[in-house]
Amino acid sequence: MSVDAKARYAQSHEYARLEGDLVIVGISDHAQDELGDIVFIELKEVGKKLERGQVFGTIESVKAASDLYMPLSGSIEAVNDDLQADPALVNREPYGNGWLIKVKPNNAKDMEALLEAKAYASMVGEE
Amino acid sequence: MNLSPEPLVFELSRPGLVGCSLPGSDVPAAQMPKALVRSSLDLPELDELTVVRHFTRLSQKNYSIDTHFYPLGSCTMKYNPKANEAAASHPGWKNIHPLAGNSETQGALELLYKLQEYLAEIGGFAAVSLQPAAGAHGELAGVLMIRDCLKTRGQGHRTTMLIPDSAHGTNPASCTMAGFSTQTIPSGKDGNIDLKALEAALNDSVAGIMITNPNTLGLFERNITKIAAMVHQAGGLVYGDGANMNALTGVFQPGKSGIDVMHFNLHKTFSTPHGGGGPGAGMVAAVKELAAFLPGPIAWRRAGKYELAMPEKSIGRLKAFYGNFGVLVRAYCYVSMLGAEGLRRIAENSVLNANYLRAKLEKTYKLKYTRPCMHEFVAMGDVAPGIRTLDIAKRLIDYGFHPPTIYFPLIVPEALMIEPTETESKQTLDSFVEAMLAIAAEAKSNPELLHDAPGTTPVGRLDEVAAARSPVLCFRG
Repeated sequence: MSVDAKARYAQSHEYARLEGDLVIVGISDHAQDELGDIVFIELKEVGKKLERGQVFGTIESVKAASDLYMPLSGSIEAVNDDLQADPALVNREPYGNGWLIKVKPNNAKDMEALLEAKAYASMVGEE
Repeated sequence: MNLSPEPLVFELSRPGLVGCSLPGSDVPAAQMPKALVRSSLDLPELDELTVVRHFTRLSQKNYSIDTHFYPLGSCTMKYNPKANEAAASHPGWKNIHPLAGNSETQGALELLYKLQEYLAEIGGFAAVSLQPAAGAHGELAGVLMIRDCLKTRGQGHRTTMLIPDSAHGTNPASCTMAGFSTQTIPSGKDGNIDLKALEAALNDSVAGIMITNPNTLGLFERNITKIAAMVHQAGGLVYGDGANMNALTGVFQPGKSGIDVMHFNLHKTFSTPHGGGGPGAGMVAAVKELAAFLPGPIAWRRAGKYELAMPEKSIGRLKAFYGNFGVLVRAYCYVSMLGAEGLRRIAENSVLNANYLRAKLEKTYKLKYTRPCMHEFVAMGDVAPGIRTLDIAKRLIDYGFHPPTIYFPLIVPEALMIEPTETESKQTLDSFVEAMLAIAAEAKSNPELLHDAPGTTPVGRLDEVAAARSPVLCFRG
């Protein structure tokens, strides 16, 4: 299981990585491994403003369908359209081409409320 | 079991074969408009005997509780006594016209009335409606009753329903249909609701909480009275999901523990086979304050006669006529035959059987929550490197057992949810244990056997990922 050292993590296994003034949001390698083969992803549309903890989409694997939660408040600036044709991108490259949405945060400082990579790795290690 | 693959009727079709001979027409032929006439029709051509054999062979592939053990957690796949089938198919019940008047149907109304009384007593509630046709239908009825009750209290602004992370997926769906938004409450380390998280979630927008007890981990919610008191104190109401009532009958009355409204599944718990696609019945029960909101009509006894009428502030009708009457007849017979003592033995033996399996298997199939269970328990199937629960489940088919529920509840990784029910003998439970332990040994000595399983069925391991990602929904094309 790998952890992206540059990202921060929510308890609900979404990661958030600041790039410029946008935050890249996806699910962790641990989360994709637990879900198993991902077969469908539905994301809210660009422009949607959401609070931290609100649902920004649904991810479905052969095992289960799970809600995706905003790791921080902001508006959706981009969604990863490649996932419609190839949802397995999330399994193969969760931190790379398998990203889900790009968020313009209301306050970039909100990142600090999320877990650092090391703390997240030890949290999932205990599960 | 008949294990050879069965061709489709389209593959059995031969041009010119017919299964019926129509008599000559005795009315003048009429011309079809040309635009509506087709020259060919893609229907199979078969003779009657081929059709009979085709469907008989298909029926022989059926897997059912009448042929095999079926430990499907959360579904209570127990044996349903055939006597209740005989009662439900009695012409006196099944031939009643649904629009027949009260005076012609006193017997049927008496049955409905008495069943309402029995179920109210079993649950510890004030009143019951037999209208809902399934468990989730009962949930919807219950949350609509909560909505209307809150409006009557002048609390219509309460729109958030709290749902533990160990709940059935139907709970949030029912809330959403009733116009509520939902908020998940995490479980603590003991598998019960985390009381601190609950306390933090309680505020003026909370309409109530939906609790399944025992929960989907098969664990009794030990703080149930405290949780109910906390939610009541905060101005909310408590819904009980009775899907797991099989663990409680005759032992524990949920209505006395602070639950305001609750459904039971009369299918699965009260003697209608479950999992056959219906029909079901998800009766809903309520304490005194909410009784007036029950869906209707329900049966009443007035001046020695039985009649149907709507409760005073009813949420309305949820189903045509009077619910699924045949299911209600089975439930009435079942409760009458067992009596209080027999109902208690259902709960006791279902809990005993589950704990017997848990104790025999827990050294090999690890538990996330190690407490004694109620009627079911959730183990984990990753017994060897590279082996997942799916492999265990598929291999069980080769041993002649229906796999347990897998990957649910979501809070246990590699979940394997086993519910033996009270109707299985010790011999059956022992042979299941033997199979599970043999599979765990194979997982280490011959993992490929598990990866390739099942090996004894008409079709082997299906590619679930390909089926989900690029489904082919047409026959050959």
